[in-house]
Amino acid sequence: MRLINQQLSPPALLALKLAPFVLLVIAYLAGSAARLADNPADKLLPALSSMATAIDLMAFTPDRRTGDYLLWTDTWASLKRLGAGLGISTAMALVVGVAIGIFPVIRALLGPFVGFVAMVPPLALLPVLFIMLGLGEISKIALIVIGVAPLMIRDMAQRVLDLPREQIVKAETLSANSWLVVWRVVLPQVLPRLIISLRLQLGAAFLFLIAAEAISSDSGLGYRIFLVRRYLSMDIIFPYVAWITFLAAMADYGLDRLRRWLFPWSDMEGGR
Amino acid sequence: MTSFTSRTLSTLAVVGTSFLAMPLAAQEKTDFNVAWSIYVGWMPWGYAADNGIVDRWADQYGITINVTQFNDYVESINQYTAGAYDAVTITNMDALSIPAAGGVDTTAVIVGDFSAGNDVVFLKDAESIADIAGRSVNLVEFSVSHYLLARALDSVGLSERDVSVVNTADPDMVGAFQTTDVNALVTWNPMVSEIAALPDAVPVFDSAMIPGEIIDLMVVNTDVLADNPDFGKALAGIWYETVTLMTSDTPEGAEARAAMGAASGTDQAGFEAQMAATQLFADPAEAVAFTASPDLGDTMNLVRAFLFDKGLLTPTATSDDAVGIELPDGTVLGDPDNIKFRFTTEFMQMAADGAL
Repeated sequence: MRLINQQLSPPALLALKLAPFVLLVIAYLAGSAARLADNPADKLLPALSSMATAIDLMAFTPDRRTGDYLLWTDTWASLKRLGAGLGISTAMALVVGVAIGIFPVIRALLGPFVGFVAMVPPLALLPVLFIMLGLGEISKIALIVIGVAPLMIRDMAQRVLDLPREQIVKAETLSANSWLVVWRVVLPQVLPRLIISLRLQLGAAFLFLIAAEAISSDSGLGYRIFLVRRYLSMDIIFPYVAWITFLAAMADYGLDRLRRWLFPWSDMEGGR
Repeated sequence: MTSFTSRTLSTLAVVGTSFLAMPLAAQEKTDFNVAWSIYVGWMPWGYAADNGIVDRWADQYGITINVTQFNDYVESINQYTAGAYDAVTITNMDALSIPAAGGVDTTAVIVGDFSAGNDVVFLKDAESIADIAGRSVNLVEFSVSHYLLARALDSVGLSERDVSVVNTADPDMVGAFQTTDVNALVTWNPMVSEIAALPDAVPVFDSAMIPGEIIDLMVVNTDVLADNPDFGKALAGIWYETVTLMTSDTPEGAEARAAMGAASGTDQAGFEAQMAATQLFADPAEAVAFTASPDLGDTMNLVRAFLFDKGLLTPTATSDDAVGIELPDGTVLGDPDNIKFRFTTEFMQMAADGAL
């Protein structure tokens, strides 16, 4: 049998899926044990028990100074920024992207400009943003929007341009005006794509969020990681990284469910 | 197939494990790694490395010393704590809270200087430090700036509850101060001299008001030092030769100051201004007297109380006694069974006696 045609039994499939995770944990535990044997107070690869203590301290014990539960206030602060940034980006992608795709005037006016702006490396703009917009929430949200919106706009515009021209001509022969074409032909087909586009930008949005929080902030997931980095507190950093990964994975999954629920017809495309 | 798979897996496991388990070596050796970062009191290390002073002293003791400059101070400390470097330039406070609290037994072999104006609290539209009440203060949280703020608030009977702290990266301090929503800030040189030149900056408190509390050190892993005392001697030799040169009123001294100024992004005049805000111990006898004086114990008591209050003296610490600090006369502050930070005058004394 050829390798490409191999059939795996369900237990083998499960074992293979789990193997990388198990290997990672084993390698970590072995490395951690070796370093802790040398130095019981080692901070680089802390034991699972000290990570559990750190999680307990961050998530379930009120902070001595402020009385807040730090993990939850950090999460809330970060999610607010992320939500605002992605919300603005999504709205911009919908309005501007569809307009570029369907209206020749807007396409001529904004198409090349958005394409150009999308190439600006957002992190390089960070010092400028902080001076122009201050160190508060606005500059952090602006960084996410600048990083994410142009790509989403371009994606939307391209999707609209990719629609079969015949559909639009057909709608026109049925006496639809421009707005009706947008409403009945374009939007139902590109809205599902908007959510997919948003999912693909989640990782980038988290990157910009953490970069902004690292520079100036008083709460947030990225803020905490860069703060305790000063003290090599890997027992806090590892759980925070795992938590961010979990949040991003959940958001990804949730958005996909949302797409299927809102636009059930989008699942028929290509049998996805 | 199975044997192939299991072999691959076990190989991967071994590779992964050995990567994660970097050895924390401590035995007699001849190659040593020293990390330093840009700061007025540490510039001599870069100058000594560039001008052959390091190699000359290393050769005298038959060892090799690699001096590496880090652009990121915290990263240099983390590398030392992780075991990749044998020695690092660090402040007394960070030495206690990062390597020592991280279980890496650390000895201060050279007490280079203390900050006497290099760390400053700036306000806008203010006359004294008392005007800071109610403001949000931009600073690098948990750094010596944070400590300076705590001492400044203390001096007028305020506490950290009276202000809110915003963690801000040190390269962005100068830009941050020029935005309208920032009206209180704590930072160190070279940012201090940039901010002081801005029209609305009012310096209300600086480290000259708490002399001798923010100390810049060269620390060495205690186990490495115990097995290789020659390394400590070479470091002391390099240090005092270089600082004698840089503080001398000769053309060579001026040239060294100009070179160090250029390396830290300023010029000779700018560098000399920073030196004026630094109490540099060019004479090893002065450094020995400072390190042996009982004031050092008082300072370390203030520092460990601050660190404990901020939860930085190991997360499980129940009092500021969690990590032991040994002073040159053998007095131990804190837990005598967990001494992780030691001051010694041994090598500075040898320099003073000309015994290197």
